[in-house]
Parts: sequence; C-alpha cells; structure tokens
Amino acid sequence: MRLLTGNILETGDVVWWTGHDWSLHLRDAVDVDADGDALLARTLAEERINDPALVAAEPTADGPRPRTMRERVRGAGPTVRLDLNRNPA
Amino acid sequence: MSGVVDSIEDQSPVAGAPPPPETTANIMSLRDAPLYDGPVVALADFGAMSNTAAVRIDPGDDVRALLPHLAGLRLIEVSFPKYRDGRGYSSAQILREAGYAGELRAVGDVLIDQIVFLRRVGFDSFAPAAPLDPSTVVTTLARFPFVYMNAADHRTPIWTLRHG
Amino acid sequence: MYRYDQYDQALVDARVAEFRDQVARRLANEITEDQFKPLRLMNGLYLQLHAYMLRVAVPYGTLSGTQLRMLAHIARRYDRGYAHFTTRQNIQYNWMKLEETPDLLADLATVEMHAIQTSGNCIRNISSDQFAGAAADELADPRPYAELLRQWSSFHPEFSFLPRKFKIAVIASDTDRAAVQLHDIGLQLVRRDGELGFKVWVGGGMGRTPMIGHVVREFIPARQYLSYCEAILRVYNRFGRRDNIYKARIKILVHELGAEEFIRQVQAEWAEMEPRGLDAPQAEYDRIVAQFAAPDYDRAAPDSLDRSDPDFALWVDQNVHAHKQPGYAIATISLKPVGGIPGDASAAQMDLIADLAERYAHDEIRVTHSQNLVFAHVRKADLYAVWTALNDAGLATPNLDLVTDIIACPGLDYCALANARSIPVAQKIAQRFADLDRQHDIGEIKIKISGCINACGHHHAGHIGILGVDKKGEEAYQLSLGGSGAEDASLAKILGPGFSEAGVVDAVEKVIEAYRAVRSGPRERFLDTYRRLGDAPFKAAVYGAVA
Repeated sequence: MRLLTGNILETGDVVWWTGHDWSLHLRDAVDVDADGDALLARTLAEERINDPALVAAEPTADGPRPRTMRERVRGAGPTVRLDLNRNPA
Repeated sequence: MSGVVDSIEDQSPVAGAPPPPETTANIMSLRDAPLYDGPVVALADFGAMSNTAAVRIDPGDDVRALLPHLAGLRLIEVSFPKYRDGRGYSSAQILREAGYAGELRAVGDVLIDQIVFLRRVGFDSFAPAAPLDPSTVVTTLARFPFVYMNAADHRTPIWTLRHG
Repeated sequence: MYRYDQYDQALVDARVAEFRDQVARRLANEITEDQFKPLRLMNGLYLQLHAYMLRVAVPYGTLSGTQLRMLAHIARRYDRGYAHFTTRQNIQYNWMKLEETPDLLADLATVEMHAIQTSGNCIRNISSDQFAGAAADELADPRPYAELLRQWSSFHPEFSFLPRKFKIAVIASDTDRAAVQLHDIGLQLVRRDGELGFKVWVGGGMGRTPMIGHVVREFIPARQYLSYCEAILRVYNRFGRRDNIYKARIKILVHELGAEEFIRQVQAEWAEMEPRGLDAPQAEYDRIVAQFAAPDYDRAAPDSLDRSDPDFALWVDQNVHAHKQPGYAIATISLKPVGGIPGDASAAQMDLIADLAERYAHDEIRVTHSQNLVFAHVRKADLYAVWTALNDAGLATPNLDLVTDIIACPGLDYCALANARSIPVAQKIAQRFADLDRQHDIGEIKIKISGCINACGHHHAGHIGILGVDKKGEEAYQLSLGGSGAEDASLAKILGPGFSEAGVVDAVEKVIEAYRAVRSGPRERFLDTYRRLGDAPFKAAVYGAVA
C-alpha cells in the first residue's frame, strides 16, 4: 500500500492522509493507491503541508506499517523516548 | 519535486545553471542617475568590443579581468542564476574595492531577502526575475540599523560607532 | 563573559522582527516553501522527522545562569521539556512549531541569545575550548577572539551564500580541546617575539571525505587575523566547488588546489585587503578582552579537598580538572548517564545547573563539543555541595572520557538525514560497560557515533568510531578505530565489514578486550595501543584470526 504523509506547515507535526483529511495518527492512514501521485501534486501546490511524500507500507492488524525504519520512526516518535510516542498501543 | 523526502537543505548544485533571461521589465534602481539601457555584452565577448560600456559577469567569470577597464564602463551586470550561488557578492565587492563607480546591477534570482546583502556589497540596481515591491525594498533596506563590518556601501561599522 | 551593548542587541532584535515578518508571509502563503526554506535555515530552523528542530547558538559554548534558565523555559514553554547539546557547543530543540518560533526568538533576544546562522551555507557558530579562562595551559582566554569572529561573521554580506557551511574553532593552548584541525578554519593563539598572533589551519573537516587541516600560516598577528580570515573566505566563496554538494567544503578546494597554491591565492587576496579597514581597532580588542577578565576569585579559598566520601572522590578523580587559580577547580557535568541519551538535559536539570552556576561557578556554564557541560570556576571548598546537588539530579556520572562518555548524534530517532539510529547503540554500549571498575580499567577511550555520513557525531575522530548506514533497508553499522580530534589529530580507519546493532556492540566489546590483552600496561591508552600495533589484533579479535 502507499500512504501519503507530510508535516503541517504551522506546527511541523507529522500527518497522514486519511482519504478526506490529515491525521496525526499513522493508524488512520489509507492506501492512496493510484490517486497517490495526483494527491501528492495537489498537496505540493497548496503549500500548506511540507515535504509531502508517498510512503510504502504493509497493512497489519494494528494499522499500516511503513516499510522503512525512517517512516516507522516518523509514525511513532523517537524509539528512545517512548513517552513521546504518538501512537501508543 | 519527486515526492521523495530528500535532504533537509536544498543543496542541489548551482554551478552550470543557465544565466537568467535578459529583461528590463522589473529593474529597480537606487541610483540618482538614469539606468543604463545600452547593450550589455558577456565578459567573454567584452575584449573584442572595447567600446562597449556595459558588460555582464556570470558566476564563473573572473571579475578581475575587468579591473583595467573600469573607467570606461557605465554598467556592470552580475548574474545570479540561482540565489544560492553567492559568487556574485564577491564579484561586486571586488569591483567596488577597485573603485568602480558606475551602475552595478544584480540580475536574475534576486529575492527581497537578499536585498540587504546585495546593497552592502555595492549593488545599486536590481533586475530580479520576479518583480520586487518597491515599498518592501525600502522597508527591508532600513531593517538593520547597524552593521558590524566595513563593506562596499561604506556604512559605518559598529566598532567605529563604539570608539570613534 | 561578553555582554551585548545596544548595537548587538539592536541587530538581534532586528533579526527577530525580520523573521517574524518572513514567517507571517509564509503562513499567509505570500511566499512558497522553496523561497522560505533558506530563510528559516538562516535562523537555524530545520524540518526534521517529527517536527521542526531549532538550533540555538551558544557562542563559543559559554552561557550565563540567566541564559540557561531561559533555555529551560523554552524547553518547557515551546518544546517537550528537554533539549540536546551538540558537538558544536550549540543547543537543539526537537519539537518546535513554526508559528511559535518568532515569539521564542523574541524571548531568546531578551537574554542576548539567537539562532542566527546556525544553519545554511554561511559561517556558523565559532567554537572554542570549554576550559577557556580557567586552564593553566592556555596562553590567554581565546574567547575574545571568538567573540570578534562572531561579530565579523554575523550578517556578513559577502559570505552568506557560500558553497557550503563554514565552521571555525579557536583555542589558546597546545592541548586542543576544540578539534581545531577538523574545522574549516582552526586558530590557535600563540606568541612570537612577544607579539600575540594565530597559527592557522584550513581545510579540516569530517563528513563524506574527512580531512585534517593544513597549516596555512604559522603566525598571523592578532591585529590582522580578521582580514586574513576574510581572505580565506573570499577565495572559498569564489572558487569553492558548487557542482556537487559532497565536494563543496573548503577542504576539497585546498585538496584540489594543493596547499601551496591555496596559500598563494589567500596571500594574494589578503594583500588586496589592506585598505579595506577590516581589522578591528585596538580599542575594540581591548573592550572585548576586558569582558573576559578573570572572575573575582576568592584569594583565600583553601586548596585542599575532603575526599572522605568515596563516591565524591570518584567524581573528583574523573570529572574535575585543575584550575590555574589555587583553591579553584574545573568541574565537568556529565550528560551521559549510563543508558541515558547523550547530551540531553531536562528543563529541571537546566534550571538546577543555572542555580548552581550562579551560586558556585561565577555564573558561567560551558558546553563542550563532547556534549557535556562544565563549570569552569568552582572553589574546591564548594565542590562537595555542587556534586551533591548534581548527583541528586543524575548529572554526576563520573565518566568523563571513559567508555560510557559517548558522543552520539541524534540519528534516525530524530534526524531526517540519518540512515540509522545512533542513540540506542550508545545506550547499549554504555550499559554493557556500566561497571565503574571496568571503566577505570579500560581508561580513556572516546567512542563517537554518527547516524549518517554527515558525521555530526564526529565518528572519524573517535578512538572508536561508529557509522550508521543503510544496508538494503536495514540499519547497519561500520566500525572504525584510531581517530582523534585532539592536537594529535588522526582519522579513524574502517576495521572491516559492518554489523547489525547487536553485532556492533559485541564488536566494540571484542575490540576493547583485545586492547586489554595487548596493551603494554594498564596505563597505555587504547588510542596509543592502536597506534603502536595497528588494526591487526583488533581485526583478529572481531573477525577471527586470518589463516
């Protein structure tokens, strides 16, 4: 699956596209699939979400799991500060 | 943009970027004298046309090639194909240090946020690819009340204000 | 320490107003992110993995109690209650909101602090010796010269769009506590025929192609060092490569021209600079030097120390250095608790350190490039009280320069550039070697970990250096040995094939056990054993003996 992610301009918060808006929580992210490139282009043009990107992920029972460590860290917070984890189990 | 999150800072190479298109549409001058509007030749062509009064310096050019000819020049354009290529700032300083008193024009990717630096190194006219709002230029130029160091604009450095 | 006058303050205030305006324009969509990004970078604001990260400048690593208290306030008010001290003596906040940074910068300006030029292709924070003004081996306090460089480099109109970032370090002793040979310009204050001046290195640096700086000038008189630096910067700005970001530092220019030609060009440029009035008048030197006068020492302070508390004695032996003034000492505050995050401090800890500084340390705190803090001027008579307070707050780990005093960049836990996490590696190594007797037996060993080739963890200068890499989507680690950032500068050499995270921790242990087996005696440092024997015994220990 492909997820669309970025950082909110005003706050820098990591957000994930849910199909109709942006969520702070990775578990709300949907597979943007074939619409991904068009969504990415639109997001870029709007200049409100920084560094938008399409991210590969696997669906799991607990929600999407990004394929790269980098995106998993973005989704959950620093592995060394679990108290700052945005997606507590 | 590929959509891939790449480096934090845009560090794409600037060398070899094409020179900006010539346009007189957006020129802004800080000089009392009228703008020079005759032909401008590239430095490479300058030697062959020794009665040209205007020449363009690109980032890779050695501006010191012009030093013997400064008296005959009325306009020197310094191009900024990309604002991050800061070689033009040195070119401008070198020209002013050598005594060049004609119009010194920054051309190309010139944004309001470089105006203060460009002025300090001696530019007195600007031909930005995207127009600048004149009142914003005025406000911006007045923003920093003091300067630490000597530069081509001869603003008094802070240590002179401190010690006389 | 230096205090702003109305001119310094006016410039910082103007910068805050400028940035507030730029942020407003961006939030109103009047400028694009492409246009805005370099502007926020010039104010030290990066977009990292989780949020914006702000790097606040700590000029030459010196802070007052008031300033540190403000840094704690910022951690509480604008961030998540903590901050990180960096290998360039600066401080970083990881959870910043763009819309709040103008107010944050305004708060900083009230205590003479800023984030100017802590990022971008410009001259960065000038770093210096954390023991400046206190060490017996320094010629004079180097920080006035660092302060003058700060003013020279701030808003420098010609050098704000360099090919790449530019880092300068200044020391005043033969012992190099600031790694000057690994900076773009390194300066050592020296005296020749009674005149003060600088020995100048150019072209040191780490990153993808680490290099040790070349001496370009054995002596430049102190009254001319600014114009000389200007000449170096102009040659770099004009001729530094701009076609490839990995070849854009001045070290590449020096390497490609050759040191001799580079020096010739700098000399030629410098000869043109004479009439430009770039060097400060003597009155300005005098004004700044006066602000770094020695603190008002208690001349009657006793020189003896009650070591009867064994834990206190351990801390004194490891973390306390001799001071040039009798009755005084230099105390290092460890930000490396075993299992903790190297270089991090909570807001509460920062407040405590500020209080202690005002009470016991002549109101000064230093940041070291090893991510620790220092009280440069403490009466020996007060050390016990200081230690007790630090110990209660987890700030008294007696491990300075030992195996658990690890430098680690934020790595993939925080940084968008990273390939691998570095902090967990540091934690696991520290936990493996937690036993203090074992640490003492090993002695001085500097482990430095970077999460990517940008080398912010200075792994090229580690006695043991660890580099995080991406190996087909997995985190992997390379081990290097034999680097040093001190006056005996050397670059660490890769030992062999890389490891997983668990593998590299085991490999480090094997390296250290091999060192213990082959050292000439318990007092021979790891680095010296390595230099004496080369990597053969360590390769054998880690990868198995070669048939």
